Parts: sequence; structure tokens; C-alpha cells
Amino acid sequence: MRTGAAMALGSTLIGNPVALAGIPTKKKKVVVITFGGGARDQETFVPEGQENIPNLMRDLIPQSTFFTQVVNRGILGHYVATASLATGVYETINNFASLPPEHPTVFEYFRKDLRRPPTDAWVVAPSNGFNRIGESNNRSYGPGLGASVILPKHLLTAAMSGRTTDYGHLLRDNYESPLFAQDLGGNEFQLQQLEMMLKLSVDDFKSHALTLSSPDELSVYIARRLMRQLAPSLLWITMHDIDIAHAGAYSLYIEGIRRTDRLCAEMWKAIQSEPDYAGNTTLFILPDFGRDSDDDSGGNGFQHHRTGDALSRTTWMMALGPGIREGVVYDRPMQSTDLVPTLGSLLGFSPSLAQGRPIAELL
Amino acid sequence: MLPRDLKPEQFRGYPPEARKLVTNYIAALQRLPLSFLPSVLREAIEFDYKFPAERRALERELANLSSLSAEQLQDWLQGFAQIHLSAALENFDWINAPAQFVEQLSSHLWTTHQLDAFRTAAVAYADRLRAAVPPEPPAMPRLGIAVVGQGVASYDEPLFRKLRPHGAYYSRVNPENGLRVLLDAVAARAKAHPAPYAHWYIDGGQPAEHDVTLTSVSYAALEPARAALLGKMRADIDRPGMGPEALRTHLAQLRPADLGLDKGGDEVLDRFRIKMLTEGSGTQVFSTTFAQWTAREALRRAQPLTLLVRFAPRQRQRPMNELLAATAESAELDPVGSLVDADMGAYYNWLNQQRLPGADQASFLAWFEGHSQALTIGPATPRGTTSTSAVDLIQILASLA
Repeated sequence: MRTGAAMALGSTLIGNPVALAGIPTKKKKVVVITFGGGARDQETFVPEGQENIPNLMRDLIPQSTFFTQVVNRGILGHYVATASLATGVYETINNFASLPPEHPTVFEYFRKDLRRPPTDAWVVAPSNGFNRIGESNNRSYGPGLGASVILPKHLLTAAMSGRTTDYGHLLRDNYESPLFAQDLGGNEFQLQQLEMMLKLSVDDFKSHALTLSSPDELSVYIARRLMRQLAPSLLWITMHDIDIAHAGAYSLYIEGIRRTDRLCAEMWKAIQSEPDYAGNTTLFILPDFGRDSDDDSGGNGFQHHRTGDALSRTTWMMALGPGIREGVVYDRPMQSTDLVPTLGSLLGFSPSLAQGRPIAELL
Repeated sequence: MLPRDLKPEQFRGYPPEARKLVTNYIAALQRLPLSFLPSVLREAIEFDYKFPAERRALERELANLSSLSAEQLQDWLQGFAQIHLSAALENFDWINAPAQFVEQLSSHLWTTHQLDAFRTAAVAYADRLRAAVPPEPPAMPRLGIAVVGQGVASYDEPLFRKLRPHGAYYSRVNPENGLRVLLDAVAARAKAHPAPYAHWYIDGGQPAEHDVTLTSVSYAALEPARAALLGKMRADIDRPGMGPEALRTHLAQLRPADLGLDKGGDEVLDRFRIKMLTEGSGTQVFSTTFAQWTAREALRRAQPLTLLVRFAPRQRQRPMNELLAATAESAELDPVGSLVDADMGAYYNWLNQQRLPGADQASFLAWFEGHSQALTIGPATPRGTTSTSAVDLIQILASLA
């Protein structure tokens, strides 16, 4: 299905034999975008779904190496699955608790092995439980070695001193457990750092936030600000708008897909336009997993990811950037835990406790 | 506590009909693996409040399990027997709280990477059961009707795209008096083939006047219960130590009387209604989700002969805390978004209808309320066709008869 969608692009997908040796001498950087709330093929890569992802179809896939069968064999909850993506191990922590991953994260490997400062690894995430995603409780790594985590919704709430009347659209909740926002803790971004690190006044932040339409737009805004001011070498953004699907409203799910498609393209443009990133940055885009099939009577179609059926476990990944072949599609199955070892090979660190394998097609 | 140690007196907390059922089959229950038995008890404990179709299905399943020899049973359930359970699960009060056990089991299966094995075992069991105890055919060919788009003045995007390949699309339907025609047709079917919970009318908004013989559920009629539920949810959320899983468990334990839903004189339907609000996801805040989920559950559980679902505009998306606090009067509506929701909902209604016995004889009609677009699917309907002839809903219904 995804192969067909990609191949339908025709001559634009003729493989570009870019040599790996062509990577510039600037320090390599990686940006990872994950979706907390996968989108199914029906709404994306099949012909009638492609209208929802025009940017992925026309702009990004032709420039990418695209993997059509990324299987997640772990727990299909967004926090625990994102933690699994970030550790390269299928984590088993409680999806709804504010807990750190049990295995070292990619950020810890990166910073410890390469002796990078805290400012070089960042996570921009929804403000529900993800505040602990930056570092594990592993004894050999853990506190002080992880990524700094920004929770833009939390930041906005703080900036508003709790008066969020005009910003409700940016503070939408965790749809998987829509009624709760856990107590925040861990290495979260402090409001006073807004001005110091992002060079953004509270007033400017508030006024710009008014121009945005969703939490993911807020996340991308913050991510771009981070890129401009701190230029971290490892930046991880977790988007969440699509997961409104849990509320069962199909139109809102589709809106989420279209917005995410647009935001991915914006991030790629930002990478190409920021001097610190242009020409030396690899972008990975992948949903954390899929959603239930219409054919499984145990589920309710797009609404959830509870059946554990093949569609809910299988998703895709694209990689773009220097040294990555363009317009190439791979159908071989791979696992979502393969991401961290691949990042290790690209950036030069050793994720010794990760279970996955480096993706040979990207190295 | 293991299944082999089961004794009839341990079920004294069950409602009377349920107690009688499990006592009758206690010998069969004692032979089941613990990874499987609580799923059966979860259904059995609700026996007094189940629809007739569900009751018959459960009785037939238990009779079948009872009839199997030890070797056969081992063969049927070997996949379940291989599931490793924790001591905590074995010590859980799965007799009196089977639903909570199943929730815990689900979490255990995910965490221990046994979900796929359990899923394989469950599918194999269901296939064997269906073969050994074929589902009862319906008393008459089923008819499903979805009415979408209430409140939408115009809509230029194509409708019923997922349904069109399966049936005939009509572009010149006379919409006059359309809802009345459809409700009258449903009432006529109810009169022709009367049976409890066999003919349903679900409305995502204010229900239209309808025949009293129809089993009716509507979002508007449940407004007081919904407001009471949202109030309880807000109070629960503010309680120290409450998390999403605890809230879900608490909601599942609510009874009709807790939400003022015990005055209808129909305990089975009252229970069904409350489950739509307490067990659904999004049903508490979006009427389109409520209508789709209620239709799904009505089809799955009651297996109606006739089901008319009318979708109504839902409120616009807002942060969940605002949605929970909203009153019906204060909610701003999203008619076009609701039409898109309902279009998909109609597709799901058809899919769920086709999962029931007699699918090859079943018919389905979707209509854009107040407008000229409709779609039909039936055994005699040509697939993937379009009709541009002027037609009314009476004629369309006749084509499905």
C-alpha cells in the first residue's frame, strides 16, 4: 500500500545515488519527529487517503528513504511506546504513570558517549507524562545525562499564570486518557528559561501562541525556537494532535493528520533554512504505532489501538538528509526499536543496551 | 484460588438469573483455565441485564463447553492454558470482579508480551465456537438505516465514499418528509415482526416522534444522566490518588440509579444506556461518537432486526476540561464536522451489521437528511452504481424489500 503510494510518484522517486561521503564537515545533527497517535493507511497512503498528506506525498517521500513495515511489538500506549522508541527496548512501564524509562535513552547514550552538554539534546513533548521521557533510571546513565524536556503546554500554562481562557485550543489534553494531566516533575523546562535560553519574552510567547491552532503547532513553534537559539544536535519532537481519534470523531482525526502532515513539512523546511542545520541534519519521521483496523470486530476502527492487530502494530518511517538515498522504498519488516541503534551509528555513540539493530539501508 | 476449586456458594453475590446459570454449569466452569474463565464470568454476572440474543448465545456457549470431553476441551483451550499468569492475578477476586480481572489480565498480557498469543487463542476459540454452535439466523432480513448531516445547509464534498463500492448511490432523492418515511418504515417492521429489543431507533440529538414499540436511545434524553456523570467525573479527577485507570474502573461500577437512570422501568435498557456513557470513549462529550458507539453496541449485543441511527451535530472540539464542564446550552456546534463523523459512522454501522448472522440477506440505507443524496446496499442492489433518476425514500425502501 505504502509502496504503491510512493511508486505512484513516478520519476521523482528514481533513486538518488548520493554518496555517504558527501556529508559536510559541520557537526552532524538529527531531528526525530514521532506521532503519538498513528494514522492508518486508509487515511494516508491509499489513493483516497493521499489527499490528507499532500506534503508527505509530494515533498518529503520523494526526498526520503521510506520504510513501509515498521513493526512495534511492544505495548501500544503512547508514552510507553515513545519511551521504547527512545530506548531501543520495548519498555513495560505503566503508560499512564509519570515514570522514567527503565533503559537508557538515546539522549543518555548520546551525551555520555560523546560528552555533549545538556543543551545539545532536547525533547519537545506533550505535557502528559512525557516529562520523564528525557532520561532513564538506569544506574549507569540516568539523572543528569538525559535530554532537557520542554512541555510547551505546561510552559504556556505557566506563562498565563493559570489564566488560559484564550489559549484553550493549545492546551488540549492527552486523548489516550483524556481526563488526566499528571503532576509534572523531572527535568522539565522552567519558565524563567524561556527568556534566557529561547530568547523569548513571556509576552511575545503569549502573543505568538494566540496565532496557533493546536498543541502540535505550539510544539513546532518551540522546536524551531530551540533550533534557532540552541541548535541542539539531537532534537526529538513528539506530536499528539492525531490522537484526538480516541474521542471517536473522525473529522477531528482527519484534521489532525492534515495538520501533522503540514507541520512535518514545516520542520523539514526549517531544517533546510537554519544555518546550523542545513546540509548536516538527518530527519526521521515515524508514528509510534498504528491504529486498529476496520476489519477487527474487537476494535472500533480508527478510534483506538487496543486490539494488537497487525495494522495497529505496523507503521512506517521516513528518513531524509545528507547521505540518505532519495526516493527509495523498503518493504522489509523492521522494528521500531531499530531507531536508536541507527541513530547511534549515524552520530557515533554506542547504545549498548538497545535491543534493535542499525538499519543498514541508512548507513 | 483456581477454577477447579469453584463452589456454587461462591456465586451468592451474583444476581439471581446469573447465579442460576453459573450454578447449572459449575462443572464446566471448573474445567476452564484461569486465563479464560473470568471472561466467561464477566458475561455471566451481567446475565440478568442482557438482551435476549446475548442470553441465548451465552447459554449455548456454556452448553457447548459442558458437552466437550476433557481431551476436546484441552484441544479447544490449549492456547489459553499456555498463558502465564501472575500470582497477583491468581489471587484476584475474579469470581466477584471478573471485569476488573479482565482489565488486569489485559495489562498483564501487554506487559509480558503475551497479547499476541492470547489473541491467537481467542480467535481460534471463536472460530471453533462459531462452527460448533452456528449463530441463529435472524427472523427477517435485517435493515440498517443511517441518517446523517442534520443541520448542514450544503456540502460539496462527496458523501458515502466508503459505502459506494458496495451499493447504489442516488443523487436525486426527494427529501420531503424523509425522516417520517424512514421512521414509519421501521415501525412497520416492528409491527410485522414484534420481538423484544429487535427494532431500534438511536438519535444523536433530540429524538423525533416515533412508535413506542421501538427501542429508543437518544443523546438528548440522556442529558440529565450525562450531566450527572460529568459532575462525578470532575469530582473524581480532583480526588487525590485518582488516575485514569482508577477512574475507568469507578465509572464501570456505576449503576443506573447513580445517574438517575433507574426510572424507565426497563432494567436491561437502563443498563445498556449507562454503559454507553460510562464505557464509551468520547460518548460523554461528542454526540456523533455516542450515536456510532451506541449503534455498534446495539448491533453487537442485541442483534436487532432493524436499526435506524440518526446523527446530530456535536459540539466543537475544546480542551477536555471545558468539554466536561459544558452544558448543552453553552455548546457551540460543528455541523459539517459532524457530517464527516456521521459519514464514517454510517460505514461502521454497515460493517457491524454485516458481522451478524444473515449478512447476505441484510440491507442498508444511508441518507443525507434534508438533501437529495442516499445510498443503498442489499442483496439485489447492483454494486458500485449511481442513479440519477428522481426517486423518493419510499421507492428506495421498496427496492430493498
